[in-house]
Amino acid sequence: MNTELFGVIFMFLGTLLLAIPLGKYIAKVYAGDRVWTDVIFAPIERMFFRVSRIDISKEMNWKQHLVALLTINLVWFLWAMFCLMNQGWLPMNPDHITSQSPDLAFNTAISFLVNCNLQHYSGESGASYFTQVYGLMFLQFVSAGTGMAAAAVVFNALKERATDKLGNFYNYFLKSCTRILLPLCILIGTVQIFEGTPMTFKGMDTIVTMQGDTQHVSRGPVAAFVAIKHLGTNGGGFYGANSAHPLENPNYLSNMVQMIAQVLIPFAMIFAMGFFLRRKKLAWVIWSVMTIGFLALVIPTINAEIHGNVMIAKMGISQPLGNMEGKEIRFGARASAYWSIATTVISTGSVNSMHDSFMPLSGMNMLLGMMVNSFYGGVGVGFLNFYVYLILAVFIGGLMVGRTPEFLGKKVEAKEMKIAMIVALLHPFLILVGTAIASHLAAHDAAMGWWWMGADGKPMHATAWLNNPRYHGFSEMLYEYTSSSANNGSGFEGLGDNNPFWNISTGIVLILSRFIPIIGPVAIAGLLAQKKHIPESAGTLKPDTATFGTLILAVKIIIAALAFFPALALGPIAEWLSM
Amino acid sequence: MRKELLPSIILTVLCILFFSGLYPLVMWGIAQAAPNKGEGFITNVGDKTYYNNIAQKFSDDKYFWSRPSAVDYNAAGSAGSNKGPANPDYLAQVQQRIDTFLAHNPGVRKSDIPSDMVTASGSGLDPHISPQGAMIQINRIANARHLPIETVKALVDKQTEKPLLGLFGPKKINVLKLNIELDHLK
Repeated sequence: MNTELFGVIFMFLGTLLLAIPLGKYIAKVYAGDRVWTDVIFAPIERMFFRVSRIDISKEMNWKQHLVALLTINLVWFLWAMFCLMNQGWLPMNPDHITSQSPDLAFNTAISFLVNCNLQHYSGESGASYFTQVYGLMFLQFVSAGTGMAAAAVVFNALKERATDKLGNFYNYFLKSCTRILLPLCILIGTVQIFEGTPMTFKGMDTIVTMQGDTQHVSRGPVAAFVAIKHLGTNGGGFYGANSAHPLENPNYLSNMVQMIAQVLIPFAMIFAMGFFLRRKKLAWVIWSVMTIGFLALVIPTINAEIHGNVMIAKMGISQPLGNMEGKEIRFGARASAYWSIATTVISTGSVNSMHDSFMPLSGMNMLLGMMVNSFYGGVGVGFLNFYVYLILAVFIGGLMVGRTPEFLGKKVEAKEMKIAMIVALLHPFLILVGTAIASHLAAHDAAMGWWWMGADGKPMHATAWLNNPRYHGFSEMLYEYTSSSANNGSGFEGLGDNNPFWNISTGIVLILSRFIPIIGPVAIAGLLAQKKHIPESAGTLKPDTATFGTLILAVKIIIAALAFFPALALGPIAEWLSM
Repeated sequence: MRKELLPSIILTVLCILFFSGLYPLVMWGIAQAAPNKGEGFITNVGDKTYYNNIAQKFSDDKYFWSRPSAVDYNAAGSAGSNKGPANPDYLAQVQQRIDTFLAHNPGVRKSDIPSDMVTASGSGLDPHISPQGAMIQINRIANARHLPIETVKALVDKQTEKPLLGLFGPKKINVLKLNIELDHLK
């Protein structure tokens, strides 16, 4: 019996089984129905709203939602910048970590604000406990809550009625954090603690090894951090090695828990939509389209990894466990490969093995997962990205049958289509332009001047940021911008990215690729919600059918393939052919 | 936007207190009931303390070796090599590890070396090796310690950890625990 494969299958099915009841619960929370968590959290939420002078009975239209969302995000950004740039003197810093430079702090604050967690620093040496807990972990909660609240607004807008009243943003946001994220975090964090993940505020320990070497061991409040890192599809690790670190992810059980935790809410949000709109069949169609895409990426990746590295095979040693560079024994190649695709199709970006050392086609599959960015997708935002593809598919389907396109009884017209196209094209635009600039600089080995100053005060040259030569070097740069634009946060971590060039350029990509794909779908949904509801007729394009599911999948494949194939050919495909 | 600013700031402060103040405190409280109070699982041998899940450097012939580490087993700066599979420098490094391994383990056939013994782990702190990775070190250990091969082999078998519930995940051996037991064999 293949226990490694069995573990992977169990993780997938376990997620699905848990996601359906959770989806039902989430739908109830957003609908304002009574749920069992009312007893504990309802008084706390009421107090929060009373003190903040927020009247949640006042419903907002889509524009007011976006203003509230952007305003509070700005407040969070400033708070995170404050933490990062002052951690040197702030409390809870037993390891005496210095404050981050402005460009690194900018990148770190933005990337946690937008649910990306790109991490151009290493947790052990770059962030104090104060920063980790009060800055970064805080953002991990609220950025996930923001994405879920935006999805809740869209759910609300999809109801069959004409209105501009779409609920209250603060209500959706806070309840996402208190009712959904927090209870699950306590549960997952507890499992982590009893499996060996530290949860202490003491600084690093110093031990003498069996052979007599001195070894410093970083500790910290890791368990609390790891729970929200996965549930909120944030992905930022407490330690540099993320969930490959044996304290952050001590064994196969903790690995399963973390894996299920990160896919759970993206699954559950789809079912929540089904329960919320009483369109369970539509939810299953959407879930199936996403799952087909996911399996199409994950199966070849597992296959590539268990067969090992041909270049190592040539050296005459055996690879019974597959490609083990950058992987951990306790997870094995299968669970590592499964994780690598799960973390990239949803926007977690945590890793339990080093993606840079995967086989070329595995790397391509990770890139494709982020390029499509809605085979499940991150909490809340995955659904929003999918919604954009859905609108495009409705439009194309409408043209094919020769009728005005409509979705759930609302006419999709020019204005909505323009917004959908801008959102759909933004993603390839940011990835390809960023990669083009970086590879131009690397190809000419440009002196970077202020954009990258070495420790000795001399400007560094662009090729020095590559950890690998040739095609793989190109893939490293492509991966970094893809990860940024997908708000993913994983990396081909060999890339030397802690310098103003990468910190600032990816920071800008991060802001655009977070907020425009939230503004766009919320605006489309808001505009559609105001329109008159048209009852279904014989000519209506039915969204909850396999035909329509196929159409969405086709639209996704066409957009991803046409936009990204040339770049993939220069990176992973060329590397694969040359091996 | 100005109208939303003050409520946003107050709500943010409350959320910081709640999610960053109270929640970690609750988790810390739970950790007080866990082994070693949530400060990482440890083993005490004599007056020394070891972290069960953190790989140590073993280069001595009388100990089982851990997997190679890209950061020299720095538990305050974890990382992998991040080398691509076709990187020539990387491949040269693997070749060198194979040569070193063969030099220290005479009699081992090259085709029996499992790749985990010559490739760096993701964290640089992988505490485990595969059962085969331990098996091919048995002769060296037995020689260096003047122990019967069967005794060492029995210890390796005893220390091999089964998959979770016998169902999920790979078999593995914790190198630190194995070496501690090895020292007790005398």
